[in-house]
Amino acid sequence: MNRINQKLQEDKKLLSIYFTAGYPQLNDTVSVIQNLENSGVDFIEIGLPFSDPLADGPTIQASSTTALDNGMTSEVLFSQLKDIRKTVTIPLIIMGYFNPIMQYGVEAFCKKCAEIGIDGLIIPDLPVLDYNENYKAIFEKYGLINVFLITPQTSEERIRFIDSISNGFIYMVSSAGVTGAKNSFGNAQKDYFNRIAEMNLKVPQVIGFGISNAATFQMATSKAKGAIIGSAFVKYLTENGVNSISKFITEIR
Amino acid sequence: MSYFVDENGYYGKFGGAYIPEMLYPNVEELRQNYLKIMQEESFKKEFDSLLKEYVGRPTPLYFAKRLSEKYNTKIYLKREDLCHTGAHKVNNTIGQILMAKKLGKNRIIAETGAGQHGVATATVCALMGMECIVYMGEIDIARQAPNVARMKMLGATVVPALSGSRTLKDATNEAIRDWINNPVDTHYIIGSVVGPHPYPDMVARFQSVISEEIKWQLMEKEGKENPDYVIACVGGGSNAAGAFYHYLDEKEVGLIAVEAAGLGVDSGESAATSVLGNEGVIHGSKTLLMQTKDGQITEPYSISAGLDYPGVGPLHAHLCESKRAEFVSITDDEAMQAGLELSELEGIIPAIESSHALAIFKTKNFKKEDVIVLNLSGRGDKDLDTYIKYFKL
Ligand SMILES: Cc1ncc(COP(=O)(O)O)c(C=O)c1O
Repeated sequence: MNRINQKLQEDKKLLSIYFTAGYPQLNDTVSVIQNLENSGVDFIEIGLPFSDPLADGPTIQASSTTALDNGMTSEVLFSQLKDIRKTVTIPLIIMGYFNPIMQYGVEAFCKKCAEIGIDGLIIPDLPVLDYNENYKAIFEKYGLINVFLITPQTSEERIRFIDSISNGFIYMVSSAGVTGAKNSFGNAQKDYFNRIAEMNLKVPQVIGFGISNAATFQMATSKAKGAIIGSAFVKYLTENGVNSISKFITEIR
Repeated sequence: MSYFVDENGYYGKFGGAYIPEMLYPNVEELRQNYLKIMQEESFKKEFDSLLKEYVGRPTPLYFAKRLSEKYNTKIYLKREDLCHTGAHKVNNTIGQILMAKKLGKNRIIAETGAGQHGVATATVCALMGMECIVYMGEIDIARQAPNVARMKMLGATVVPALSGSRTLKDATNEAIRDWINNPVDTHYIIGSVVGPHPYPDMVARFQSVISEEIKWQLMEKEGKENPDYVIACVGGGSNAAGAFYHYLDEKEVGLIAVEAAGLGVDSGESAATSVLGNEGVIHGSKTLLMQTKDGQITEPYSISAGLDYPGVGPLHAHLCESKRAEFVSITDDEAMQAGLELSELEGIIPAIESSHALAIFKTKNFKKEDVIVLNLSGRGDKDLDTYIKYFKL
C-alpha cells in the first residue's frame, strides 16, 4: 500500500509541512526533511520551485526565486533525494507546477519519483480532465497518488467527480486565495469546512493555505483529517534556520 | 487543417486551460457563456455602436504611397493607431467590459506591458463606471510613464509588479493572483490572445473586426478582398490575430508575424519566441515559450514593452508550427529605424511595436505587383521618450 494511504488510516489528525526544495541553501533539502520527520510531522510536501508560481503568495514566491538562484532544478532535486528512503519513512509528496514536469517528461518524472520513493504529486495547474485522460495511467504504473485541489467555489458536482477519481486525499484550499499565512479563520471558512465534512466523501480531506499556528491547525482539523502548513513554515525557516525546525512543529500541537 | 479553436479549447496541440482549481469556476463561467453572449443581438449592437461612435471605427486602410515607392511594392496601412487611446487594444477591452457587465462583475483587473492595454482597460472602466486595477511591471512603469499617468487620470489604480523580470510576464502573474484572491466579483480583462481557453479565442474574435474591415476596404480600393500578404507584429499576438482572422482559411494570403529579436536572436537579450521557444505552459495555456531546459520561464528582452513577452498565444504557436504564417524577427535597431522612416515618409509616428512590423521591408523583398496590408497596431506617442533617447532628438 502507498505510504500516503497507510498514513491516512492512522487514528490521528495529520500535520503536513510544505517547504521549497533548495531553500534556504541549495543543500538544505534533505536536512529539512529529516528534521521535519524527527519533529513528528506526518507527511511532507517538497516544493519544486518554479519561476512563475501563479497560485503562490509572496512568501513562497520569494523562497522559489531563492531556490532557483541557488541552482535548484528537477535533476538536482532527484539527486539530493536519491538516498532519502534510507533515513526517512513518512510519506513524501512533490508539489510543483506543470511546466518543469512537462519539460522533464511526465513519464520520466514519475519514474524517477517511484525509484526514489516519492509517494505522490500535487500539480496545481494540471487540469483534472487532462490528468484523467493523459496521465492517470502513468501515475498508476509508477504507484503515485495524484492529489487534486478543491476550493470554497468548487461546485458540489465537481467535488463529487474529483472525489471519485482521487485515491489519496483531497487538498482543500481553505479560502479563495493564493498561498499565505493567516492568523484565524472566519465564519465563511467554518461553513465551508462543515459543508465538505457533511458530504461524506470517499477520500479524506486535508486543508491547506492559510494554516499558520496551533489555532488555525486545530480549527482546520476539527473537521478534516489533516492540515498543511506552507508559507508560515517557510517564513519561520527564513528567520530561524534549519536547526530550529522542531520548535516550530512542537508549537503547532 | 483548422486554424480556429476546437471545442476543447485547442489550436492543434496548443491551447487548453492549465489553471489552478481556484480559477476553474471563473474560467468555466466564461467558457460556458462567451459565445452565447457575443451572439446576443443586444451585445452585438452595443459592441458595434461603441466601436463606431467611441473608438472611431472603421479605421482607415491607408495606401502608403511614398513607402510603397521606396520599396517598390504596394503597401496599405491598417490604421489601428487611429483608434481611441492609440492602439488596437481597445477593440478587445470594449468587448470584454460588455462581457463583464453581462456576467454581473463590477471589479476589473488587467495586466499591461506597454501600458496600451492598461489605458484601454482604464478607459472602458471609466466609460462604464467600474473599478479598475492594472498590474504593470516596475520596469515598464518607468519606460512607459505617459501611459501610467493616463491610467491614473482615468481613475485606475496602477499596481507595480515587483517579482521576476518586472515586465509583462510578471504583471500577468500578479493579475492572475488577484483573480484567484477575488473569484466572485472580478473579471480579468486579458490584453492579448494568451491565457487559458476561452481567452485566446474571445480576444481574437473581438479583434477580428480588423480583418473584417480590411476585406471590404480592400475590395473598394483594389477590387478584391484578399491581399497577397498581411503583416503584423506579435507580442502575445492580438493585433496579428485580428488582422489574420478572416484570412486564416484563405490560403493565397501570406501571413507574416513579426517578433522582437531585441539585441539579436542569439544575443541572450531577445523576445523572439518562435525561434527561441519550445512547447510548454505559460499563464494557463500550452504554447510556445522561452524557457530553460528545466522548464523555468526565461526573461525576454525587447526595446518595445508590448513585445517583451516570453510566449505567444496558442493560435500563433499553431500558425508557426503548421507554417501557415511566416515568423520573422526584427531587432531593436531595425525597428527604431523603420519607425523613423515611416515618420519621415508618411508623417505617421508608429508605436515601437508596430515599427517592428514595418522593418520587414528591409529584410524581405516583395514583388512590385504584391498588395500588402500591414497592421499599424498603435501610435508612437507613448514611445516618444524611447525615440528621443535612441535618436538623441
Ligand atoms: C501598439 C501595440 N502593438 C502591439 C502590441 C503587442 O500586443 P499583441 O501582440 O497582443 O498585439 C502592443 C502591446 O502592448 C501594443 O501596444
